[in-house]
Formats: sequence, structure tokens, C-alpha cells
Amino acid sequence: MKRWLMLLPLAIFLVVAVFLYRGLYLDPAELPSAMIGKPFPEFSLPAVQGDRTLTRADIVGKPALVNVWGTWCISCRVEHPVLNKLAEKGVVIYGINYKDVNADALKWLAEFHNPYQLDIRDDEGTLGLNLGVYGAPETFFIDARGIIRDKFVGVIDEQVWREKLAAKYQALVDEAKP
Amino acid sequence: MKRWIAAAILGLSIAGVAHAAIDTYEFAREADRERFRELTKELRCPKCQNQDIADSNAPIAADLRKEIFRMLGEGKDNQQIIDFMVDRYGDFVRYKPALTAKTALLWFGPAGLLLGGVVVIAVIVRRRRVQQRAENRTELSSEERERLDQLLDKNQE
Repeated sequence: MKRWLMLLPLAIFLVVAVFLYRGLYLDPAELPSAMIGKPFPEFSLPAVQGDRTLTRADIVGKPALVNVWGTWCISCRVEHPVLNKLAEKGVVIYGINYKDVNADALKWLAEFHNPYQLDIRDDEGTLGLNLGVYGAPETFFIDARGIIRDKFVGVIDEQVWREKLAAKYQALVDEAKP
Repeated sequence: MKRWIAAAILGLSIAGVAHAAIDTYEFAREADRERFRELTKELRCPKCQNQDIADSNAPIAADLRKEIFRMLGEGKDNQQIIDFMVDRYGDFVRYKPALTAKTALLWFGPAGLLLGGVVVIAVIVRRRRVQQRAENRTELSSEERERLDQLLDKNQE
């Protein structure tokens, strides 16, 4: 048989090995979002504070982060101080309080400071469902036209923000400038 | 012996409980119950990955069951319900992914590999057969015959 045919099993092995090696560093819990590139869904939900009703129109206009959280979500507590810092720096963040008890949410916001410009109250998880949320925290990046441009699943810590997300947000801000 | 029977009964009772997440949905039509079962078996829980949403106790799976129940009540057909889920959670939620350019490898990859294997084996078998035939051959080639004739001629002289 030809000499090169003898190398074929080795070649196949190498290809498979590369794929498996890459697989070691992929997080299977991270799904590609089906929502990227789609407009933020319509909604009409109460605010966490007061009687105001919030709709999609309230959050469209500026590039922003839309953060899905709940007081039952332990990692949200880790993320919260980072969001506070970002809000201080001028990043626009809207909050969706997802499947939570409102009194708990109010207490949380009073205790830990409120980084959100608007607090959407999604008790039933209907908006979360329309967003394809499957856990918390999840953070959506929307542009000035209200199109979902990116999604981050998991805790935003300072490193993730600095290395991955800040540039994405900045790109949306730059894009919105005339 | 008594102890064994008690253990068996206890085991069986646990097996019943551990079977699946059970919701109490009242269906208007018996056909809807069947479709509900089908759909929750075919859709995959986004949170727990290797369970279908019928089987999962995750809150998100419960929400999705509720949503399927609602849509069945509205008279949506299976395709509409599946499209609703895929729009939000992507192809990932289907255990039977749609046939698209992206999923073609998934659908045809195994058959392709099998075909490749069959071709390789066929080639090897044929090559071996040709080789064997060459070894077993009793006929002489034209050169051999010529040489044989020469030898025979020489002998006759």
C-alpha cells in the first residue's frame, strides 16, 4: 500500500484530538443565544418601585445593558457591586427582576444600592421567556434602536468586563454617535 | 425475608416518586394530552442540558411546560410551538434538530462516515482478491510461453 495511506490514521487522530482538546475549554452550559440580532421583545410590565408601567419604548433610545437578576440568585449578589461601579462610570443598565418576590427585590435594592436606571418587574417570567432567559444572571446588550446585539450568561466581574464586554459596549456607544 | 419484602416495597414506592416532574394540567381534549407529552419529550431543557422538559424539575422547564400548555389551549399546532421555542432558545432545544445548512453535518455525518468505511473495506477486499488471483494463476504469460517453447525446442533437438 502507498506510504501516505499509512499516515492516514495518524491524521484522523490529530483532527479528532484537536476537536476534543478544544472541547475541554468549552462551557456546555453556555448556549449561543437565538436572540442576537433580533429586536428586544415588546412588554408591558410594572416597575419594581411604584405603580409605573414600563414598556419597550422606555428602554429604547440609548445603547444599554439589560441585566436579568433575582434575589434568589446567589451569583447575582456577586455581580451586583460590579454593576454599581459600572453605573457610576456612566454605563446605562436596566434591570429585569426575574421571578422574584417584589418585597425582597425592594429590600435588596435599598441595601445594596440600585445600579439600574429602570427596574422592570417580571414576576411571572414572561419577558424572561421571550428573551430566552434560562437562568440568572444574564445580561443583554441592546443598541440605540433596541436590537439585541450580544448576550452574556453568568456573572460579570471586573475582569470579564475589562477584557470582553467593555469593548462591546463601547462599540455600541460609538455607533450611536452621529 | 420480611425485611426484604419491606425493602422491596419501599424501593418501589420511591421509584414511583422519582419517575418525573408531575404537573397537574387539565386538558380539554385527550389528543392535547398526548401532544403535550410528545412535545415535552422532544424539547430539551435549556438549563439542565441532558434532560427533556418533561423530565426536568428545573424552574425553567416548569415554565416551558406551562407555556406549551397555554399554547395547546390556544389551538397552536406542534410546529408553531416548536418554532416559538427555537426562536427564543435556538436549535439547541430540539432533540430532533431541523435540517439546515448548520445541522447538515449532524444529520449526515454518521452516514457519511459509515459510507467512507464501506468504501475503504471494499477497496481493500478487491485489492486483496486481485493479488490472490495473481498468486494462484496457473496460466502462463506470453513471455513465459515463449520461453517454455524455446526450452522444449532445445530438448527436441
